[in-house]
Amino acid sequence: MTTTLLISILMSVAGAATPLLIAALGELVAEKSGVLNLGVEGMMLIGAVTAFAVAVTTGSPVLGCIAAMAAAAASSLIFGYLTLSLTANQVATGLALTIFGTGVSALAGAPYVGITTQTLGLLFPPSLATDPIWRLVFGHSPLVYIGLLLTLGVWWFLKHSRAGLILRAIGESDMAAHSIGYPVLTVRYLAVLFGGAMAGLAGSYYSLVLTPMWAERLTAGRGWIAIALVVFASWRTGRLVLGAYLFGAVITLELQAKAAGFSFFAPEFLSSLPYLATIVVLALISAGRRNARLAAPACLGRPFRATA
Amino acid sequence: MPPRLELQGITKRFPGVTANESVSFSVAPGEIHALLGENGAGKSTLVKIIYGVQRADEGTILWDGAPVSIGSPREARALGIGMVFQHFSLFEAMTVLENIALGMDNPPPRRELEAKVRQVLDTYHLALDPHRDVHTLSVGERQRIEIVRALLQRPKLLIMDEPTSVLTPQEVEQLFETLRQLAREGCSILYISHKLHEIKALCESATILRAGKVVETCDPREHSTRAMAEMMIGGSLKDVKRKSGGEFGPVRLAVDGLSAPGEPPFGTSLKEISFEVRAGEILGIAGVAGNGQNELLSVLSGERHHGVTGSIAIDGVPSLALGVSARRSRGLAAVPEERNGHAAVPGMSLTDNAVLSARRRKKLTVGGLIRLGAARDFARSVISGFSVKATGPAAFAGSLSGGNLQKYIMGREIMQTPAVLVVSQPTWGVDAGAAAFIRQAMVDLAAAGGAILVVSQDLDELLELSDRIAVINEGRLSRSLPVGSVSVEEIGLLMGGVHGEPATAEAA
Repeated sequence: MTTTLLISILMSVAGAATPLLIAALGELVAEKSGVLNLGVEGMMLIGAVTAFAVAVTTGSPVLGCIAAMAAAAASSLIFGYLTLSLTANQVATGLALTIFGTGVSALAGAPYVGITTQTLGLLFPPSLATDPIWRLVFGHSPLVYIGLLLTLGVWWFLKHSRAGLILRAIGESDMAAHSIGYPVLTVRYLAVLFGGAMAGLAGSYYSLVLTPMWAERLTAGRGWIAIALVVFASWRTGRLVLGAYLFGAVITLELQAKAAGFSFFAPEFLSSLPYLATIVVLALISAGRRNARLAAPACLGRPFRATA
Repeated sequence: MPPRLELQGITKRFPGVTANESVSFSVAPGEIHALLGENGAGKSTLVKIIYGVQRADEGTILWDGAPVSIGSPREARALGIGMVFQHFSLFEAMTVLENIALGMDNPPPRRELEAKVRQVLDTYHLALDPHRDVHTLSVGERQRIEIVRALLQRPKLLIMDEPTSVLTPQEVEQLFETLRQLAREGCSILYISHKLHEIKALCESATILRAGKVVETCDPREHSTRAMAEMMIGGSLKDVKRKSGGEFGPVRLAVDGLSAPGEPPFGTSLKEISFEVRAGEILGIAGVAGNGQNELLSVLSGERHHGVTGSIAIDGVPSLALGVSARRSRGLAAVPEERNGHAAVPGMSLTDNAVLSARRRKKLTVGGLIRLGAARDFARSVISGFSVKATGPAAFAGSLSGGNLQKYIMGREIMQTPAVLVVSQPTWGVDAGAAAFIRQAMVDLAAAGGAILVVSQDLDELLELSDRIAVINEGRLSRSLPVGSVSVEEIGLLMGGVHGEPATAEAA
């Protein structure tokens, strides 16, 4: 009995962690290129509603996921155009994108409230996952595995590929990269698009896996946790997985505590933990000033204007 | 054998100015050729044309005897032209190897690249660890990255743009050895500088530019530095006039045991800095950039208080706890290194910039209101007193050239007759005429009883100006030595990291 309970808790930790991880991976790549996109929450909502609407209309959750990525990437393109081509303030534009995403998803989702749809199926045949232990390995949604594979991919890209090196260089010093001859704006556009697509995929997880339904503000602020997660991981891919599963555990714990009528302290306190942890990490980063690799990309959030 | 590079009648015009006017010269294979000239003489434009950053309006470039068109740096590199820039384009939080890979058009895989880099480092006896992060390196080491980057492309012509402005004398000597070795192997070198003794030591021929035109091509070994300087400026050179052997007055600035943490992530912390400057005295602080100069200046000016310990006394009054304005009122004026945005606000008029720093000592404000007339008069008097070329007190600070803005800033501070003047890089990027003027103004202020602290990386300047010299290295200040008794080599050793006592031969 306790094993079953433990396993079901672990399963929901992975479930809660995956969208955080996917959205944070996208934000990590964008931030590594020097772009701070605070619109993750908005892009996730756009992804969530698109995924649901397409899945209901076509009957295919997979198509829903793909459409979610496309829609959120398109919304990130608005952000990219404003901040990169028109050099608007990234913080303000990102906040605007979140507000826009919240509103537009509520509007577009209004006809779908109260409907349910088919969820994204399992990757492995259920027969593999009958035993509780094996369920832990084979019983997840495909997105859980995709999230982990994406992590590996992003890690390899940033650490070992030439394109990743150029992307990091642009985030570190856009002027120097420009003077050597790298296309700063093009790379940043691509990074922002990737961030958007990942946020969309993460959003689809909420409407097609966690709850097969649509409601306004379905993602409930998880986009902000994803942004905090990037800082918490001090811009490192490995720590991102750790952080995502840690924050996922906190979220699960909060739900469990609420369900169990836990009253030692308010369960809502738990939902503030990811943010508190991020503040602690930020303080540690600025205290451990010796290692510049711990710090944010030097050009993060700064607009780039090419001269001559 | 045809020259490696030959320019014929190169002309480049910008709106309102002619940067280069029918410039012709040639560089032979294996020759070290100097391009000499004041700031604004057209050296940089010429180099940009050779390296394909800009295109000439008229004229031909011949490469190994054949006319070529160089449309981009990539094409220049393909021909075999390498360039080491004055301002390095490096990525601080990345390793040396990553930086080198980023600067190459088609870098080989990492292991292969590392082997090649190590080979270049060995061949030219360059000390550099490929796996270090760039932000932990000294300026000399950073320059080596750029040199390695250029050498990996096996250049036939290497352009060095003001390469020694930030190096210690020992690092300069190492660099020259590398360049001589390259020249022996047949690589031509185009060496851009305005430091004449270096050109005498290194180069076999020199083309001197003035106002965009070639005024002379000569062998620098056969002319005195003074003669070449006069060719550069097109007039006779003025020496700084100073009274010699004068007695100094009372201590005006006393600093004792001053420590402060560095600014994260790359700052240097100050460690137990102590010195005194007397009335009539100029104390020079030498050192390679990034050894705590900026921190020292901001702590002395009062801009930084956090974590600062020790004591600062202005005319005997403890002033550590005072802020910038209060220190100014006491008579401490500070001129930071960065002209635009730190010493002056580029988007404000000269009058407004005068009010910002002189409002108390010159009583330019009354009850919180600006006395516009008085401010304008003061700005005007600075402009005429320091012969600043500007349209008037209403001109924006950002519209002035570097040298003129520096003259204005120095004039603004000096004309407040401060008790103590703290200056960083007073003649950085300033042409020789303006530099001489600024130095003379500092000497005159000292003669009038002011105490002056000059922080500079230009050793020649410090030797000319100062009565005593100390060296700052990794946030520690050496004891100060009287200028007459100290040699450039001794100071160089202190700059390179030998602390405390006067350096001896084995310390190298």
